[in-house]
This record gives sequence, structure tokens and C-alpha cells, in this order.
Amino acid sequence: MALRIVTARRVSQGFFFLLLVWFCVVASLGAAWYQLRGWPINWLLTLDPLPAIGTLLSTGTLTPGLWWGLAIILPTLFLGRVFCGFVCPLGALNQFTGWLARLGQGSAERIADNRYRPAQVIKYLLLVFFLASALAGSLQTGLLDPLPLIHRSVNLVLAPIFDRPFQVLATKPRFYAHAWTLAALFGAVVLLNLTVPRFFCRILCPLGALFGFMNRFTPWRIGKAKDTCGDCHLCEAHCEGGCHPSGAIRTAECVLCFNCLDVCPAKRIVFAGQPSAAGEIPLPDTTRRGLLAATAAGLLAAPAWALSGFSGPNNNPQLIRPPGSLDEDRFLARCDRCGQCMRVCPANVIHPTLTEAGIQGLWTPMLNYRLGSSGCQPNCVACGQVCPTSAIRPLSLEEKQGRGDFAAKGPVRLGTAFVDRTRCLPWAMDRPCIVCQELCPVSPKAIFTRVVFAPVRGGAGKAASVQGRTLALTGLTLPPVNLASGDYFLRPSALPTGGLAAEPVQVAAFSPAGLTLAREPSKDLGWPAPLAQGQEMQVVVRLQQPHVDPSRCIGCGLCEHECPISGLRGIRVTSENESRSRRTRMLA
Amino acid sequence: MKSTEHGNGTAHDPDLLLKAALTRRDFLTRAAVASGLALASGGVFAALYDGSGPSALPPEKTLAGLPDFSLPEFAGPKARVAIVRGPDRAQTLGRGLDALGGIGRFITKGDTVLIKVNAAFASPPSLGATSHPELVVALVAQCKQAGAGRVLITDNPIHNPESCFELAGLAEAARQSGAKILLPTENLFASVSLAGGRLIQNWPVLAKAFDGVNKVLAVAPIKDHHRAGASMILKNWYGLLGGRRSVFHQDINSIIAELSMLIRPTLCILDGTTAMLTNGPTGGSMADLAATNTMIVSTDPVAADAAGLSVLGRAPEEVPYLLAAQAMGAGTVNYQGLDPVLVEQGG
Repeated sequence: MALRIVTARRVSQGFFFLLLVWFCVVASLGAAWYQLRGWPINWLLTLDPLPAIGTLLSTGTLTPGLWWGLAIILPTLFLGRVFCGFVCPLGALNQFTGWLARLGQGSAERIADNRYRPAQVIKYLLLVFFLASALAGSLQTGLLDPLPLIHRSVNLVLAPIFDRPFQVLATKPRFYAHAWTLAALFGAVVLLNLTVPRFFCRILCPLGALFGFMNRFTPWRIGKAKDTCGDCHLCEAHCEGGCHPSGAIRTAECVLCFNCLDVCPAKRIVFAGQPSAAGEIPLPDTTRRGLLAATAAGLLAAPAWALSGFSGPNNNPQLIRPPGSLDEDRFLARCDRCGQCMRVCPANVIHPTLTEAGIQGLWTPMLNYRLGSSGCQPNCVACGQVCPTSAIRPLSLEEKQGRGDFAAKGPVRLGTAFVDRTRCLPWAMDRPCIVCQELCPVSPKAIFTRVVFAPVRGGAGKAASVQGRTLALTGLTLPPVNLASGDYFLRPSALPTGGLAAEPVQVAAFSPAGLTLAREPSKDLGWPAPLAQGQEMQVVVRLQQPHVDPSRCIGCGLCEHECPISGLRGIRVTSENESRSRRTRMLA
Repeated sequence: MKSTEHGNGTAHDPDLLLKAALTRRDFLTRAAVASGLALASGGVFAALYDGSGPSALPPEKTLAGLPDFSLPEFAGPKARVAIVRGPDRAQTLGRGLDALGGIGRFITKGDTVLIKVNAAFASPPSLGATSHPELVVALVAQCKQAGAGRVLITDNPIHNPESCFELAGLAEAARQSGAKILLPTENLFASVSLAGGRLIQNWPVLAKAFDGVNKVLAVAPIKDHHRAGASMILKNWYGLLGGRRSVFHQDINSIIAELSMLIRPTLCILDGTTAMLTNGPTGGSMADLAATNTMIVSTDPVAADAAGLSVLGRAPEEVPYLLAAQAMGAGTVNYQGLDPVLVEQGG
């Protein structure tokens, strides 16, 4: 028994869908066979020719890897929309959902559902709008391109939700800022299949539209072998493209599901080197007016977005792009919003934007140093290595760290850390801390400290009795601090010199009997000796106050991530001095 | 009500659809169902009635601490320290263990051993910021030789755990030696309120990593630390804490002293083969390291750190947590008083 073509189609759809799931699973950085090592996780994304064509228009060049798009363009030119019918995982999901929603439904309802709708022209106008905007420098195809859409939906929404109880994909639960917007689009795409089968494919998909234009000259096509038939319309009861195979077929709409050919009781529908005997409508229903309007809108959108100055003087300082990202204009000419960088980042520090990069930058990657499990790790270049369109350049570790050939250029800087002296504990609250300094990964550290001894509130008292290193003090009204922590010191105050010449001596222990000093105070330390009863004393705290050396700071955000001030951090990275832009340069 | 197309309104209707007129039987059935639903809803409300209202903070079960893994035969003044000089970690470790009577004194057949390494950063072993894989391989081999069953390696690092274990060479060390890396997944953390502790109260600790474990080995490098003075065995216990543990840096000496009470290891191995003298604890450059050729094997973590300080050339007064840990009974700063075995090893 010969293999039915629809069986082959279902097997192919299942294969590519499982491949998508597999590539999403193995996109965790790691050496095990079920992790990233070696798996071509971008392959499905690069089979999709829309990123290739989009970036060709926006940059005038073809990014290596995107030539895989030809593997789909070529069969499409000869056979039609094979990608939609046999490859596209989102198409398979839509088809499956639509099928599930119509179980038990009669032919009449199905035929009504699968009629051609004038709204199917929307996708062509969207495509033209996107391509025109790409030509004007702003790549927006990724918003609705089904491959980026399903990759980011699985990787940034479904995988984190379903992995949460199991922690197989990540040891720490993953976060993705604004992921609900991705979920909302994905949910809408899936649920709309309840209203119209393959709603997204028929009405919205810009990639399907591209194929619809491409299959204008296919030598092989679906159609009726004879114009006359029993008019049972069973072909339309199962038509996935809404392309009217019983009459003059709209070849641009045909997704090559082959259901018509399979169900026709008289086997009158064939895939052959001839036009349909019932006639065909080879071109989409777009009007010249519609195409012109979509082109004009696309060409005007990019310059209109640019008016906000987001890539110029009004750049958002909170927008930290991944290491190796191009300057904002060239970045937006390439980023396809596939989310691979966000998925692969081991620190979970890369997140989709909502409005941070302007509306034109929706769902592009930005670093969020609070949500990540650490800042941007100095020994990692994963994001640039997976970026399929080189919006993030593939850096080597040497280039990122400014070693070897890149020593003269210095390390890649994502921005600069600024200490907020109104919030930093040692600056604003007289509490020792310097977690930021500890974790600064640069050698020598970009964060350094200066020591000050600050009087502790309520820490002024008088020496009541002195016995060796132990002093009883009267008049202290100290806050609940641990005086014996090693950070607190005592010094005499109200000396003729103002007390400042007296060196503070560390408090070693604190008990109701008094303070025990770590060493005997002496004249060498500037203390009056012997210490008289009634001598005014001051408890001081030793503070190492952090400072940032902007010439060394790489903006990795490890300091910001670990700052113990959990809300608005006491040290924060903004994009000033980032390597990717000449105009945000900060240092003379 | 008007008659509907659903039926003639006289026959009993099992679906309880509304008819022109209810039969008595329909009426009674409907009344019974409605009463049942009314009772059920009242019952649910009564059963879930919460007169006291929600607590101020989410309720939480908290553990009183971790088991004590130290061996009684080395308690207090019976603690033993060996300080071995030499550049080869496997050899200095072997000599150090031999000086203390061999690994068999610490690990017995069938033991489940947990090695707490320092895997804090995703940086290569050559930069000395993490426990060296060669040392870990040698130690696991020793444990296996002594008949250990499972050997686990864990830490809750600062960078993301997978990258840390992989880049620091510890994942490969585990694969090579037959140990297992225990990644600090959320489900390994439990709330701990340390008895007598002031800071470790209702704090997430990597406590479930110790489930089924009966021996704990501490393995840490000797590193400079600007805030704490030095990072060695005791500071390395920070890696048992979860949550936003960086708040404890405000009182770093007390938290380290409390950690010394939280976990009492079977044996400590302090690696000063190369010490990080500057820019700690992250390092990042070979210029931060010096070949100090020292391996310290000790049953007393405080003594180990005190001995380690001499490698860094620092005095115990510069590292207040050591005295605080001693005051809390975790060990002695006076490692010289323990009559340490000194082994000079050529090569």
C-alpha cells in the first residue's frame, strides 16, 4: 500500500514540531548531550527565509547561517508553500488545535469555516509593511514571523512554567520580564484557531504571505483534473488554507496540506504540472492601493520611530544590551526577537523589552540585573554565539575581556556602574557592606573603597571607669548594632585637637561591664594616657565607602545584582560609556 | 411561564429542564438539589472559616541547624593539623592525610561524603578563585579508596551554578573521579533558625544537600578578601546560604562565626598551593596569585584558617571572625598549640 501523502505530511509536521521542542530543551548552556553542546538550535530559525530577506533589506548583506533560507525558497518556487504544510511547527500547532476544536463537526460547518475570507489579504499587507520598514532600516518581521514567535513562546513562556517544578532546564527558576505579553500573543494565536482554522496562517502570517507571493510561477500545483465533479465540497471541509480547491483555486493561499487530494472521493484533485481545470487565481487579492499604502506606511514608520531619538540623544540609559550588541540603529536593523539569547543566557540576565527600547524595539533583548541569577558573567559569550542575525556579534572571550589581540581595545563595556550615595549602606546609612567591591570581577577591581570612621548616632559617652583595655562608658544611646562585630571603634573626643588626631581603636567585645578594646590605647595612638574618668569618648564605625573607577568598569552588573538593597539598588549600571556606541562615551 | 419547545410539560424530565409547569416530583427533586447545594456551600464556608486572619509573615517550618559531622576523637584539644609544603596538590593532600593517620580515620566503608567546595565564580581553575579540580579529583580518589559509597560535591555559587561547576573544572573533576555534582536547586534549600544564632534565623540554607550524608569535607582555596580580611574554610560556608545573603555583609564577622556553628565538618582541606594575595575573592588575573606551595589538612576549621592566614601574611587580629568563631567554640586560633605536623615535600 502506497504511503498517503497526508500521512507523510503529518509525519513531517510531527518531526519538525518535536525538533523544535528538542532544540528548545537543549538550549541550556552545558556539556551534557541534552544540553547546548553541538546541537544546531538555530537551524529551524534559519530555514525560515524571512529573517534572511528582512536583514538583506535592512542591512544590504546576508548574515552567515541565514543562507539556509534557500533550502526553503527553492522548493517553494517549484512546489508551493511546502514550509507551511510540512515544516512550520507553529502551522502544525495551529492545524492540530483547529482539528481538535472541530472534532465531531459536520461537513457543512467545516465547509463554512474553510471558505476563503477577504481578511486573508491582511497578511500580504503586513508583509509589505514589514519589508518596507526593513528597507527603511527597522526590522520588524520577527514580531509575527512564526519561527521567532514559536521559539520565544516555547523558550520564554512554556519552558519556564513547565520546568519550574522539575528544575531540569535550570537550577534556579527562570524569569522573563514582560513574558506575559509573549504569552498573550501566543495564546491568542492558538485560541483563534477556534474561530477560523489556522487563523494565524491564513490571516496574519507574514511568512505565509511571502510564500504566497513566491509560488506565483510554480510548475507543479494543486488543482482539479476535471472541472466537473459531484460538488460534494469534501475538499473544502478539510482545506487548511481556505483556498477554495473546488472552484477557481487561490494558489497563493494553498498551504499544501494535501487534504483535498486525499479526501476527494473521485480522486479528481491532483498535484500536477498543470493549472486547475476549474481555473485558478494565481495572485493574492491585494489591490495596488493597498500595497502602496502598506509600503508607504512601512517606509514612514521607521523614520517616525526615529523621531523619539531613542538611538540618539534620548537613548534610554536603563537599556543595557547584551555584550557584543551593535549600536542601536544597526541592532534594530537585525534583531529578529527570536529570544535565543534570552534562552541561552546562563545567568538569566537577558530579558525581552516592552517599551524600554521604544515601540520599535518591542521584545528585543535587554539586561535586567535584578532578575538575573547574577550579572553578565565575564567568562561567557553565549548570547552572541547563538544570535542568528548577528545583532549581537559573536564575541570571543578574548575580545569580551580585552585580552590578547584585543588588549589595546580593552574589554567590552555594557555601561557604567554608579554608586547612589543616597542609598548605598556605607554612604547613606553608616553600615559596613561593600558586597559590590567584593564581587567586581575586573582585575584590578573597578570598585575601590576609601575608609572613613563615622561617629555612631548615640555613640557619645563618658569614660566612667577604665581597667586595662576595658572601659565602662556612660551616656551611650546606641542603635541595635553589634559593637563587637569588628567594625566598631572607639576614640576620645573633645581633645584640644578636636579628637581627630586620636586613632580609633577597635572594639573587641561589648558587655554590660563595658567595652573591651582590641588593644591597649596609648599615647602613640594620640590618646590621652592615662585615660581620665569623665573623658568624653565617641564610638565610631569603620566604613569602606565604594567608589567606581569608570576607566575600569565594564558594566557587567554583578555589583548591582548582589547589592543587598533589594529594591532600587545602591549601585546601578546605566548605559553610559557602553562600547557599542560612540555617542554614549563618557570619559574624556 | 410559557410553554417552550422543550417538551409538553407533563412527563417527568430527568434533566430538570424548566417546563411550562413543574410536576410535583420535579418540584421536590429541584428543592432537594437546591437544599443540597445550599448545605454544601454552607459546609465549605464553615469548614474553611479562619477567625484569626492571616499571619503577618508567611508561616514557615524551620530547622534548628544541621547535623554535626565532626568526629568526637578530634574534639577540642585533640584536633589535628598537618601543614604540607609542595607544589603538587595530589601529593601534598596525600602527605597531609597520612600525617593525620590516613583517610581511613575519617572516611569509612559505605560513607556518603559531601565535599563543600568553593565554586563561587564561573572562572577557570588557573585563576585560583575556586577549589582546584586536581585537588578535588585526588580527594575523591582518597574517599573512594577508603570505601566511600557516594561522593557528592556542592556549593551555592554567586554566578550561575552550572557555569561555575563547568568552567571551574569541577564538573569534569566529578566526572573523572566518579563523584556527583549536587547543583543547588531550590528544593535543596530549607529554612534554618540556628540555635543561639542571631543572624541565621528563618534563613534559607542548602540543608537538604546533607540528607543521607554522614561525612562532610571542606575544601577551599586561600584568598584575599577586602571586607572579611581573608576567604578560607570558614568564609567558604557562605555558600551554604541561599536568599539575599549579601545583607549579612553588614556584620560579616558575626555571620561567618555563626556559620562556623552551623556546620562542623569532618575534615578541612585548605589549599594554599597558589594563594590569591590581591583583588580577592574574585581575582581575575594571574598577577593576583602567588605560588605559596602550602596544603593545610585540619580537623579544626578555625585552626586551618589561622594557619592559612600565615600564608597570606596576615595576623588573626586583621580577621575578627576567627576570634569570634573561637569564642563560639568552633575551634582554636592557636593552631601552633595543636602541635601541627609539618611536612616539607620536595619537587
